[in-house]
Amino acid sequence: MNNNAWRSFIPGVWQETIDLRNFVQKNYKPYTGDETFLKQSTQRTKKLFKKLQGLASLEREMGGVLDIDTSTVSSLTTYPAGYLDKENEIIVGLQTARPLKRSVNPFGGIKMARKACESYGYKLDPKIEEFFSYRTTHNEGVYRVYTDEMKKAKKCGVITGLPDAYGRGRIIGDYRRVPLYGVDELIKQKINDKVKLSKEDMNEETICLTEELYRQVDFLKKLKEMATMYGIDISAPATNAKEAVQWLYFAYLGAIKEQNGAAMSLGRVGTFLDIYFERDLAEGTLTEEGVQEIIDDFVIKLRMARQLRTPEYNELFAGDPLWITESVGGMSLDGRTLVTKTSYRFLQTLYNLEPAPEPNLTVLWSEKLPEPFKFFCSKVSIETNSIQYENDDLMRPDFGDDYAIACCVSAMKIGKQMQFFGARCNLPKMLLLALNGGKDELTGEQIGPEMKPITDDTLNYDEVVKRYNFYRDWLCKLYVNTMNVIHYMHDKYAYEKLQMALHDTKVGRFMAFGVAGLSVVSDSLSAVKYAKVKPLRDKNGLIYNYQVEGDFPKFGNDDEKVDDLAIDLIKDFMASLKKTPAYRNSVHTLSILTITSNVVYGKKTGATPDGRKSGEPFAPGANPMHNRDESGAIASLNSVAKLPYDCCKDGISCTFSVTPSVIGKSLNEQIQNLSSLLDGYFKNNSHHLNVNVLTKETLEDAIANPQKYPFLTIRVSGYAVNFHTLKPEQQNEVIKRTFHKSI
Amino acid sequence: MNGKIHSIETLAGLDGPGLRCVIFLQGCPLRCAYCHNPDTWDTSSGTTYELPEVIKRILKCQPYFNKNGGVTFSGGEPFAQPEFLLELLKSCKINNIHTAVDTSGYFLDDTVKECLKYTDLVILDIKHNEENAYKKLTGKPLKNTLEFLKYVSQQNILLWLRQVIIPGINDSPEHIKEFAGLIKTYSKPQKVELLPYHTMGIKKWEELKLKYTLMNVKDADIEMVSTLQKLLNNFLQQDRP
Repeated sequence: MNNNAWRSFIPGVWQETIDLRNFVQKNYKPYTGDETFLKQSTQRTKKLFKKLQGLASLEREMGGVLDIDTSTVSSLTTYPAGYLDKENEIIVGLQTARPLKRSVNPFGGIKMARKACESYGYKLDPKIEEFFSYRTTHNEGVYRVYTDEMKKAKKCGVITGLPDAYGRGRIIGDYRRVPLYGVDELIKQKINDKVKLSKEDMNEETICLTEELYRQVDFLKKLKEMATMYGIDISAPATNAKEAVQWLYFAYLGAIKEQNGAAMSLGRVGTFLDIYFERDLAEGTLTEEGVQEIIDDFVIKLRMARQLRTPEYNELFAGDPLWITESVGGMSLDGRTLVTKTSYRFLQTLYNLEPAPEPNLTVLWSEKLPEPFKFFCSKVSIETNSIQYENDDLMRPDFGDDYAIACCVSAMKIGKQMQFFGARCNLPKMLLLALNGGKDELTGEQIGPEMKPITDDTLNYDEVVKRYNFYRDWLCKLYVNTMNVIHYMHDKYAYEKLQMALHDTKVGRFMAFGVAGLSVVSDSLSAVKYAKVKPLRDKNGLIYNYQVEGDFPKFGNDDEKVDDLAIDLIKDFMASLKKTPAYRNSVHTLSILTITSNVVYGKKTGATPDGRKSGEPFAPGANPMHNRDESGAIASLNSVAKLPYDCCKDGISCTFSVTPSVIGKSLNEQIQNLSSLLDGYFKNNSHHLNVNVLTKETLEDAIANPQKYPFLTIRVSGYAVNFHTLKPEQQNEVIKRTFHKSI
Repeated sequence: MNGKIHSIETLAGLDGPGLRCVIFLQGCPLRCAYCHNPDTWDTSSGTTYELPEVIKRILKCQPYFNKNGGVTFSGGEPFAQPEFLLELLKSCKINNIHTAVDTSGYFLDDTVKECLKYTDLVILDIKHNEENAYKKLTGKPLKNTLEFLKYVSQQNILLWLRQVIIPGINDSPEHIKEFAGLIKTYSKPQKVELLPYHTMGIKKWEELKLKYTLMNVKDADIEMVSTLQKLLNNFLQQDRP
């Protein structure tokens, strides 16, 4: 029946069973040439893009939100078809009836939806309020179960960023399945799975999964209905490239209409779509210009994706991000590169449509990538600061060659694995709790188990470590249990029906924990060990500050003395987490990632023994603290590279800023040298690198003259933002970060 | 074996081909009026490093060198510590690391000659083309540098030449023509770079309580230097066999 849609594709098991990897491997054409084939945007694209830019600047003027539909609950079919420019669009579909108009999605939490409306001067429709007074949201479910201890830990910020009031995100639907098989076939397979499942014992697990399958099928039907509203039938497979992109985009659109997940990543669609483009090019129905036009149009759509969030959320994750992460490049297990012409075409959108944070283009770097591609990526980095790099050679052994990155750094096999997003633990805050016998250093409130506070005049290393370990074990247990509550309730009240319908029925699950402030704690322990740290106490005996005498090794200088402390901190944290089983037998993983939340976490944390002042930001992700990496860029990167990926398989984020002149005189030299830098960094088994090639002066000038840099995009921990969407304190933090330059 | 090091820069893209680790050795016989690192002059200051420690630091950078990067020994004057430099260069070659030495060419004794056997690239800074002006600018004779240039050329060591362009001192077209003549007489460099003079070094002079004699000289105009560079390239291309 798929003879026409699958014409000239190389057959394989992908025809018998849903197997995207097999389809890609059988059919894709590696590209090892350079970028000279690329085309600029067409007049049509330019016109369309201008229209979006107009709306986006209006959105900025209105304080970040253009309009909100306060009377409709977001889902797949609750809005009529919407267009940016109906006559001129190639790929269609909007989240609501009008471009950039935001929808409300109260399934995560009605309070959050209400508050978000109010903070932009809107009022949630009483009908919605009424409806949700009869329906439990994820947030309400969580709070029915949260213990006092969990609430306290959350309130003081020692575990923080918890996905308990909004969609958890970090789940990647295998959106490629829709164009390759059509929705009817996907429904058929799910119904088959349900029948198979009915033969098993009806225990809690089977009942839960059976109901989920029912809901998945329900939403696949809704997806078809949504497409029909645009006059398009996606029940059968796509027959050409334009359809393939449209089908795939509908699948993604359905997901973001259903879920306001924190990170709604796209996957690894480029090389898949390339197969369709190649076929159309061979059949003579498309030209290179036409191919680029479709990609440009698709990316315009992705750049229009919006969720309604509260200002507090933006304070944590600045720049209104959706983390529409698209993984580009990498290598196949058989040694062929997965770079195709479409990998280049996606990067080309940063020229055709100006640099921008979304989609979050993530290059899977391998030493074996074709050199012209390495050079092109480096060029794009230097000229746009819009892409990030992750180590394919490090991830491939674990995740194979059909994985993608969710959010910033979280790898998962597409359609086969998902994760329960676990926010992060504020490690420095935990250390301060330990020193104060379980009391919050800012308020004096008893958060953890009570212990006599440290009374020594000078902190004793062994004593500090003993206490730290005790409170770590307490907190890790609390942390896992809190996550278990959150994800149980999310599954119950805000289950991702469409995204999970685009996964295998029996899916692998991770529970992804995180830590923030690693370099602060490493340096603090190093200060206690190698210098003299004297605690300063207030009248109640609470330690509020530290006096440090003498120097001590600091993380970021390739010095084992302190780098080993950081390694142990991570290993021990992971070991401690594992002691408490995670919900649905998920596998514990860990990330060292803060995104822009390092600023807020710092604000909520008192002075630390490393000399960091109360309220001062942490370094982002796994970065050394600002300007403490004094031994040069490579020493700084080498310290980060030592952090063991084995216990941080959810990612280790490092953000690196370098001035253009330090990496070479001419653009050509800079391109080659940046490529060498990436090769060197990843050869050392490091995981992730954000690259910014710019000067401190550029950023300072951009603050003073924003109109000169409308598209100034910079990489922060794990994603990119338009510099102007950062709050002043976040801008200053970025400027404070170490810029590597020689004098 | 140990030596005096001013500082180590682990990532640089300007002092030789590719990404480089730059070892700034302490001590210099010249007293260039525009030196931007006068704190590298005094042989008694700097940090004493044991040889293995420096090698360890270099090896940690090795993954970043790729095909064309490596180590550049700069200073100060690296040949002011020839024994130490020789051991460093040998160790680099044992580890298959590309080596460059950034020098003024003041020294040329047997140990220096031995060093050059392990040097893949010489970056020679010729401060001025004319004997008196050279002496005035650096406090030392030009003769040594020319001897060094001749030797390096005879030995067929890959050579880059440099000169800092200082407004009012060596920024005339005539001067550039003269420089081209000097280059062609003695050598066949792979690359000749004119670098714009900048005043960023003045702060260090003040910190060291030294008197800066070029106080009234402004930064060289980058456009002007690039015009001179083109002019120089033209002169160098002329009547090449």
